[in-house]
Amino acid sequence: MSDPQQLRVMLERTIESYGKGIPYLENTGVKGRLIVIEGPDASGRSTQVAMLTSKLEADGHAVLNTGLRRSELISEGILEAKRNFVLGKRTLSLFYAADFADQLENKIIPALRSGYIVLADRYIYTLMSRDAVRGISTRWSHNLFGFAMKPHLVFYLEVDPNELVHRVFQKNSSLDYYESGADLGLSDNMFESFLIYQGLLAKQFRKLQKRYGLVPINGNRSIIEINKDLQKKIDDFLKN
Amino acid sequence: MVRIKTIRSSRRNFDSRGKLVVVEGIDGSGKSTQIRLLEKWLISKGMRVFLTEWNSSELVKEITTKGKKKGRLTPTTFSLLHATDFADRYERNIFPLVHAGYIVLADRYVYTAYARDIVRGCDPKWVRQVYEFAIKPNITFYFGVPVDVASERILAGRPKLKYYEAGMDLNLSNDPYESYRIFQSRIIDQYESMAQSEGFVTIDGTSGIEEQQYLVRKKIMETIPECKSVRPLVKAQVL
Repeated sequence: MSDPQQLRVMLERTIESYGKGIPYLENTGVKGRLIVIEGPDASGRSTQVAMLTSKLEADGHAVLNTGLRRSELISEGILEAKRNFVLGKRTLSLFYAADFADQLENKIIPALRSGYIVLADRYIYTLMSRDAVRGISTRWSHNLFGFAMKPHLVFYLEVDPNELVHRVFQKNSSLDYYESGADLGLSDNMFESFLIYQGLLAKQFRKLQKRYGLVPINGNRSIIEINKDLQKKIDDFLKN
Repeated sequence: MVRIKTIRSSRRNFDSRGKLVVVEGIDGSGKSTQIRLLEKWLISKGMRVFLTEWNSSELVKEITTKGKKKGRLTPTTFSLLHATDFADRYERNIFPLVHAGYIVLADRYVYTAYARDIVRGCDPKWVRQVYEFAIKPNITFYFGVPVDVASERILAGRPKLKYYEAGMDLNLSNDPYESYRIFQSRIIDQYESMAQSEGFVTIDGTSGIEEQQYLVRKKIMETIPECKSVRPLVKAQVL
């Protein structure tokens, strides 16, 4: 520990990918850590990310927040496309993947290289679950996101759909079209559609949990309780 | 009814009366000229025809243009934006129209992505997996031309090459023209390495336009028997 040079070397990790990585980024070392919070809409992700960010910054870490559909280049295009066109499932899937790739290479990896802790509000798992519910094969999604960097830590906030629906009403007083899976024609009753859709997503997440090692967090508890749990797990991880 | 196969697997076959005809080749190989002449011919015979071009979906065009201007497109993002463009045209037009019995003519198809993305540094297996949902064409014509001939055609009367068009993002050369030539010859290498395994029908792109079109129509008649009712071109016209 007395030799700072040695400490730096110990902390550097090479980027790992899930499948066929990005050949031109092979052997890229990162000093920072990528931590992901996954969970359905209104599960309290954003609140948790904000709280964790404050705490980590107070502890002296540089933190970068990121999320889905936040690339400067592509996110506007996705929104506009959703407004103006009816997009096929494969098209939408690839559009989100392009947005993710842009953020990964132009934002996430550069930040990690300079030693930031990157807190991602959702990652590829949300995209994969949505696609799977819409009938895209898991094998194809898995291959598609083979270029994605493996995060160092992934949490999944599990919230009962019946609890979730009340949180959504509290937040927006109405149900979102896509978040209710209304495009799938599951039910002509939006409330029922929401419950079925969120149930299907949760089922996909449970499958991903096993395959990708997502750490489940009981999201039915209070914000403070969840935060304590997450913060402790992150502190333990950073210590090692 | 003919069984149609997807690019990678034969499991998801479906029945269809339509056909998918593809032209591939580097810029300046003459493929676009040929596919347009083919389109005219098929229309004149009363066939239902639909022509689709690479990177032409309204959806993605603006983003790609913006990204190119800013010069911040990484090979992976570039590849995925082209895949999005392709998927949009595929889900909206190519698949339903082939299914409905149209002859769909594609000016570039998945092979363009294979060639370009691999030259740009994407993993070959990954690129192929991304596109594996696409149906396999009934015929793919490959227009082979030496890089000098193609460059001359493209560069004639063009004061400047665009950054990505010249492959400047690959750092091949500081001179855009030199970079362009190296980039294009690498793409030719990719095309040639897959010509046999993908079953390309290779056409000599340096021969006369009519001569090439004659060969194209002859091949089409063999593959699409409905076209036989009209003669392709009078042979004497060619000679």
